[in-house]
Amino acid sequence: MSLESLAITNRVPQKTLSLSRPAKITLLLSLFVALTIFAFMTVDVKGNWDFVIPFRGTKIAAMALVGYAIAVSTVLFQTITNNRILTPSVMGFDAMYVLIQTALVFLLGTQRMMALSPQLRFVIEVVLMVSFAALLYRWLFGGPRRSLHLLVLCGLIFGVLFRSLASFMQRIIDPNEFAVLQDMLFASFNSFDRDLLVVSVVLVFAASAVAWRIRHTFDVLTLGRETAISLGVDYRRVVSIILAVIAILVSVSTALVGPVTFFGLLVANMAYQLTDTYKHRWNLPCAAALSLLFLIGGQMVVERVFSFNTSLSIIVEFLGGLMFIILLVRGVASR
Amino acid sequence: MKQLALAAAAVIVLAVISLFIGVSDVTPQSLLSPSPDDRAVQVLLISRIPRTLALVISGSAMAVTGMIMQILARNRFVEPSTAGTVEAASMGILVVTVLAPGASVFGKMLVASAFALAGTALFLRILQQIPLRSVLVVPLVGLMLGGVINAITTFFAYRLDLLQSLNAWMTGNFSGILRGRYELLWISFALMVVAYIAADRFTVAGMGQDFTTNLGMNYRRVMTLGLIIVSMVTAVVVVTVGMIPFLGLVVPNLVRLIFGDNLRRTVPWIALSGAGFVLACDIIGRVVRYPYEIPIGVVVGVIGSALFLYLLLRRNAYVA
Repeated sequence: MSLESLAITNRVPQKTLSLSRPAKITLLLSLFVALTIFAFMTVDVKGNWDFVIPFRGTKIAAMALVGYAIAVSTVLFQTITNNRILTPSVMGFDAMYVLIQTALVFLLGTQRMMALSPQLRFVIEVVLMVSFAALLYRWLFGGPRRSLHLLVLCGLIFGVLFRSLASFMQRIIDPNEFAVLQDMLFASFNSFDRDLLVVSVVLVFAASAVAWRIRHTFDVLTLGRETAISLGVDYRRVVSIILAVIAILVSVSTALVGPVTFFGLLVANMAYQLTDTYKHRWNLPCAAALSLLFLIGGQMVVERVFSFNTSLSIIVEFLGGLMFIILLVRGVASR
Repeated sequence: MKQLALAAAAVIVLAVISLFIGVSDVTPQSLLSPSPDDRAVQVLLISRIPRTLALVISGSAMAVTGMIMQILARNRFVEPSTAGTVEAASMGILVVTVLAPGASVFGKMLVASAFALAGTALFLRILQQIPLRSVLVVPLVGLMLGGVINAITTFFAYRLDLLQSLNAWMTGNFSGILRGRYELLWISFALMVVAYIAADRFTVAGMGQDFTTNLGMNYRRVMTLGLIIVSMVTAVVVVTVGMIPFLGLVVPNLVRLIFGDNLRRTVPWIALSGAGFVLACDIIGRVVRYPYEIPIGVVVGVIGSALFLYLLLRRNAYVA
């Protein structure tokens, strides 16, 4: 993949295109994404296409959905919190989703949970997630202004609290029920829940449509709360809507592949670096493209180079943690 | 002094309760009757007393360690699990398990200590690089560093099929403590005594390098002593019972809210409250789902993180 991409970069005639820099980058990235998808579908195909296409196709669809959800939720979250090191997963969003899943089994029992169809269960979880996330984060971010570092630290600790609570409940419930729950929780890029794919697509589309309708406020929100209000943005309403959109996107990605703490941070910050602009019309697609590129490309590396003997999330965790420390050391966080 | 005695009495009560909780029937009657039940005595000697001792020692040692780290890093939100120390120690255990599977527990402990020391030193190095150091950046960097070290460890554990053992080190659990499996913890007890004797030096070192040197003390030596104590205690506890999150952070900070900063005066309080806190959490973990157990790491994770959030978000918190 990397060789191909290098070759492509050299061939693109830079002068004949009179596009702006961010536009060029977004275009290039989308080209790479298309190439990676093509490579993923065709590399090492032995045997029956009737099997390969649906099998790899659903895998790609899931990864694309997750990549898009993570990238968009992270960029939007950084817009409303006005900084570049907060991400939904650093703030404990995905831990919260796992806690909600566990709490439902804990309170209702598996019997009643299994009676519901997986799709309906998922929708219930998402609704709960949106309401709790809105409550908690409205409380944290509304009210008196708190320092950024305090927020990040609180988010991390909330994550620990949610995870510990979830594992507390998991220890209390019946071992049989736990086995069922573990099936629901244990998701990864290799074993995502195919039942949920269609519902997820619908949810992501709905959330994106809502976000699309208020897209013109994103750039204004970047200017900060006071400026945004004085420029006529209905701040409370818009931020609540965006929080809900983020909660839905995070639920989808966590339900499909489980928590990936640092991935969003990685792609969002790379997108900012590459586009070098504050405009969301470039940042959002660019981050999404990077996200897809890394997920699909990374999955290929994991499958071919490490022959499944590692997990993509471990690599992401390593790189993301390093990046986070570098951002802190370079003082980006104090802005 | 009187209050301290009261606190000690409370810890002793908790310890006695802890002795008599469990599936096997051990009651004061069965022990004190003229013809004591042999089985009950054995359970008491082999399982219950070691477990209670382990709880008391590791609780107080981890709490005191947290305090020392907070003074040396000059930051109230640092402790072994927010500075990469615990993760480094467990990486050390993984390395020993892979390279020298036959190593004794003591050998494992030494290697884990060396790794913990290196991890903590790296953490302090990174801290020096940060230009504008706000109080809260420090634990953030520590948590991230821990995450990075953990990712490396998980990478190799995953490839070598050791993930399950790794999880055992990362979640504190006292249920496996028997006679012959906890004695290593006495090392951390000894280190705690050393820390108490050196308490005044740490208090001075906490005022900064220039101030310490001005008073005629060797700053580097005090720092090294502190780091060695921290790393060894962490390694011992991780090797024998696993990680107990936030203990070293919550206990010293709560004690500090009441008694202030003089280490000589607060160390006994911190040790006692650490022991009491761990005993209480372990009792909760054993009672909630009787006759099964919930590992203490999980119970402390819930209570500890809630208390930590309280410390951060309470009104008039000095960090806000």
